[in-house]
Amino acid sequence: MDLGEINPVLLVASLMVAATPLLLAAIGELVVEKAGVLNLGVEGMMIVGAISGFAISVETGSPWLGFVAAAIGGAVLSLLFVLLTQVALANQVASGLALTLFGLGFSALMGQSYVGVKPPSMGDIHIPVLSDIPVIGPILFQHDPILYVGIALTAAVWATLKYTRVGLILRAVGENHDAAHALGYKVIKIRVMAILFGGACAGLGGAYISLIRVPQWTEGMTAGVGWIALALVVFASWKPWRALLGAYLFGGITVLQLNLQAAGVAIPVEYLAMSPYIITILVLVILSADKSSAPAALGRIFHASH
Amino acid sequence: MTTPLLSLQGLTKAYPGVVANDQVSFDIGEGEVHALLGENGAGKSTLVKMIYGLVKPDSGTMLLRGQPFAPPEPRSARADGIAMVFQHFSLFDALNVAENIALGMENPPPMGDLASRIREVSEAYGLPLDPFRTVGDLSAGERQRVEIIRCLLQDPKLLIMDEPTSVLTPQEVDILFETLNKLRSEGTSILYISHKLEEIRTLCDHATILRLGKNVGECVPAETSARDMAEMMVGSTLQTPERSGRDFGGVALDVTGLSVPSPSEFGTALKNIHMTVRKGEVLGIGGVAGNGQDELLGVLSGEILTAADAIKFNGQRIGKLGPTARRKLGVLTAPEERLGHAAAPDMSLTENALLTGSVRERLESNGFLKWAETKSFAEKIISAFDVRTPGPENAARSLSGGNLQKFVIGREVLQNPDVLVVNQPTWGVDAAAAAAIRQAILDLAAKGTAVVCISQDLDELMEISDSFAALNEGRLSAPRPTTGLTVDEIGLMMGGAHGMEVAHV
Repeated sequence: MDLGEINPVLLVASLMVAATPLLLAAIGELVVEKAGVLNLGVEGMMIVGAISGFAISVETGSPWLGFVAAAIGGAVLSLLFVLLTQVALANQVASGLALTLFGLGFSALMGQSYVGVKPPSMGDIHIPVLSDIPVIGPILFQHDPILYVGIALTAAVWATLKYTRVGLILRAVGENHDAAHALGYKVIKIRVMAILFGGACAGLGGAYISLIRVPQWTEGMTAGVGWIALALVVFASWKPWRALLGAYLFGGITVLQLNLQAAGVAIPVEYLAMSPYIITILVLVILSADKSSAPAALGRIFHASH
Repeated sequence: MTTPLLSLQGLTKAYPGVVANDQVSFDIGEGEVHALLGENGAGKSTLVKMIYGLVKPDSGTMLLRGQPFAPPEPRSARADGIAMVFQHFSLFDALNVAENIALGMENPPPMGDLASRIREVSEAYGLPLDPFRTVGDLSAGERQRVEIIRCLLQDPKLLIMDEPTSVLTPQEVDILFETLNKLRSEGTSILYISHKLEEIRTLCDHATILRLGKNVGECVPAETSARDMAEMMVGSTLQTPERSGRDFGGVALDVTGLSVPSPSEFGTALKNIHMTVRKGEVLGIGGVAGNGQDELLGVLSGEILTAADAIKFNGQRIGKLGPTARRKLGVLTAPEERLGHAAAPDMSLTENALLTGSVRERLESNGFLKWAETKSFAEKIISAFDVRTPGPENAARSLSGGNLQKFVIGREVLQNPDVLVVNQPTWGVDAAAAAAIRQAILDLAAKGTAVVCISQDLDELMEISDSFAALNEGRLSAPRPTTGLTVDEIGLMMGGAHGMEVAHV
């Protein structure tokens, strides 16, 4: 056992990479839930995004096009959810579960010829001066661009929800869809937009796993990150910055326990492997002890009647 | 003659199976307070929804200041100066006052400016309001202020108010009327929908009466008696509840030295309450809402337990018995809140009939439910009390307030109680249904039931009760015979000037 082998700078830098898929998916789902829709299909949309992005970037040789395709892939799958829940007024929980099962199976079919292929690499950005600062440089300024997209998205979602009229209307729809309808807002349209946004974010998160974090394609490679994202939104009390904190905490402990395993710490591997889940949930439960702010219309079907 | 502000011409709207509005025409003048009267289901709500752009008429036209007016959605109605205060408030509990108001405006100013505008307008109209409080924490009266101010900030030409006073205390009603009078003096027209005929007589300049979707008459409320208006609404002569001279039997319900803290944080504790109700007697309990009415009902129904000998039924100590045990003995209650307390909103009328009737109507055997008997019990209530619904399989939520109230009261009355306690039996109910409910209560008393009627409607209490007492801050005044009681005396019983304080505007 040699804890000295763990390099703190590399550890922090890699935790940000580990956290990004989770963060992207969670931010998307946060917007969906703020609009009053519970989409349990995050895992399915992620894996479809992962294979869409992987396939397109292998075919075109451009990781950027791959991420665009991943966002579109996730959004297209979420259209199925839109159709079921907003048009056919089906139960959201059942539809979301169906979406995940469908996404897992469909992605396996799509990805059959891509197993073992190596995708084009995106490359890390290099900012003169900033990236060369010792310690801070490698931690903060030597990552791939999508990681920064994730952080920018968190800030954008936070600011939109808090300061803009669009954000206010979105929250209003999630809070009381009947009242929003009575005031003349298009409840279904707003929800559809939110669901598509959530699908695109989940797709990006999936592609981050298949193109940057791993990078390769294997069936079911999202391995439950979508479910963690769902839990994260709840325990983060639907607050974007808390979701970021939770994602980094989860990513950090995941990376740390892998390092500890490699260093041969005398704790059974099973305990180390479960530690990210337990610690993330514990911390967020403590954080969410204040007034829980679940959108009041979350998961309820809206049907305009008069 | 000047052009009216809004002129409705032959508006018709049909839904499958029912014509909600049939060729309705009337005019609303500039600066006029126009009342829209009608029973539940007469088509008032559909009509205002058409004016507000939520529903499109099948035929007919509207003219706003002589120009054709057909709002495709509420947004454009608002742009043309139509504002509406909804019956069930269209507010968002988790958002603050300023955010709620911004949602109802087309081009809201930045939050800081909006907050100061809200303060300005709310003070100008005597409706003080803090823009940054969360709406979920506000009282019903304050929530209504939010809606009114949301409308006022848009400088409306026509303000539509759907049953605005049904959730307000008398003091809040006074404040509201002052505000509405001020608006009228500034030239705003108001379309005022209400069941409360006396309110309409004091406030409104003109009234249009709807019955079964048709305009059946117009009148000047100040010159028409409440009774005449009620008869126009119902379309037949209104039966004033009759009570025959009765002899009271022995004491059925005896409450002595009852003191309990309130189960809810903002409730009122009951302090040393004494009362007796004899067989065949109707005891009316008045007072402004929030003075212990809900707690008193809870104590009598068995939801709040007390010392065993604080409440006696025919001499038996029942203070520690729960609701089911009391029902078995014959002490029945009908609480105030129809949806959620008196009835389970999403359950059918049959299931709701079972919920309180299972003990006395023997609707279960060995833990199994007797659905056939329950259904016929529900049907019995529906026919005996003229509950308008397609059948007992409909959810309680689908009934209008008045119809559900008839069902809830009927359910208890038909179980032949020995003691019946009702809270606000005719709250939000139209005149005809209210008269039917009051008559049922009197008929029950004539058969020897001891009735306790808690209500904020003094006219109602004067009409049906034999003796009257007032609740004030959890204390009950000594009951007195109703005959010969003057309004001044009642006022003193309710706490005098303290309870009757005039609002400062």
